[in-house]
Amino acid sequence: MSQAIVITSGKGGVGKTTTTANLGVALALGGARVVVVDADIGLRNLDVVMGLENRIVYDLVDVVEGYCRLRQALIKDKRVDGLFLLPAAQTKDKNAVNPEQMKELIEALKEEHDFIIVDCPAGIEQGFRNAVSGADRAVIVTTPEVSAVRDADRITGLLEASGFEKPELIINRIKPRMVARGDMMDIPDIIDILAIDLLGVVPDDDYIVVSTNRGEPAVMADTSRAGEAYRNIARRIRGEEVPFLDLSEKETIWSRLRRLMRGN
Amino acid sequence: MFNWFRQRTKTKDVAKDRLRVVLMQDRLSLSHGIMEEMKDEVIMAISKYVEIDRPGIEFSWKEIDKRRALVANIPVISIKRGATSNDRVTQRSY
Repeated sequence: MSQAIVITSGKGGVGKTTTTANLGVALALGGARVVVVDADIGLRNLDVVMGLENRIVYDLVDVVEGYCRLRQALIKDKRVDGLFLLPAAQTKDKNAVNPEQMKELIEALKEEHDFIIVDCPAGIEQGFRNAVSGADRAVIVTTPEVSAVRDADRITGLLEASGFEKPELIINRIKPRMVARGDMMDIPDIIDILAIDLLGVVPDDDYIVVSTNRGEPAVMADTSRAGEAYRNIARRIRGEEVPFLDLSEKETIWSRLRRLMRGN
Repeated sequence: MFNWFRQRTKTKDVAKDRLRVVLMQDRLSLSHGIMEEMKDEVIMAISKYVEIDRPGIEFSWKEIDKRRALVANIPVISIKRGATSNDRVTQRSY
């Protein structure tokens, strides 16, 4: 049974595209046939995060408008077996596609792939409605910040209203040191506030910037902590029980001293 | 330098408290219809006993002692004669 998963957040810049790319790569590395779909029409970015920007010929809108066949628009990732990208159009806007067309597109993709991961644009307008239509499962990405959590709550409500019974949460960019000194909301704090199921926690990792610079999602590198977290999330998506990464960090006497000397 | 050992307010707790209030307001403003319906029913119940100034009614959500509270401000024009002496109306002070 193939499934379509939409990656949402409400707020921009919390890591939806990075999450989409990494989960796509991780699922494909696990042997699944995967398509990552960029639903952010007019502001495409999944292609650069994946490092496939130079190979785009056709895009999602071309497929929907019938200028090309679906298979022609799919870009095969040569580094990972079974991984494809369906890029967004860059010159059109979000109204170029409607939810029914998206649904049809996702259904067509399901015929030959195990997972369809849809990168939803920020916001709650047409782009959001397009991206969620056709998805079987919804994932909400947030960071431990007030604004991102608030938007995650709003998106949870909208997803539930669209028929997603159990949206799942990924908490991105946790900084264990800040959590240890009480300056960042911890996982239980956020779960308590949002009251939804946790799918995974991704630590803040400088390597994400490096990986985006190169166009190689972090899961391709063995040493990245964020990459490890995404690999675990991919396994959970496939139904495995995987314990959450231990990100706890005790505040040592030295780090406390350093902090006090800085006066914060 | 002398406040080295003083307990600092954790900013994450500030964040949590602020989020709780803001989410409560967000969630309620979304279900505007339900709020109106509830308001109507409350008004109906109260107007059985007292004459109230309908346009002056205000319903709002507040956080009191870290708990959500529905605060209703209902201006009373007059108490209906006989309402207070009715045995079935129990008088409680809230």
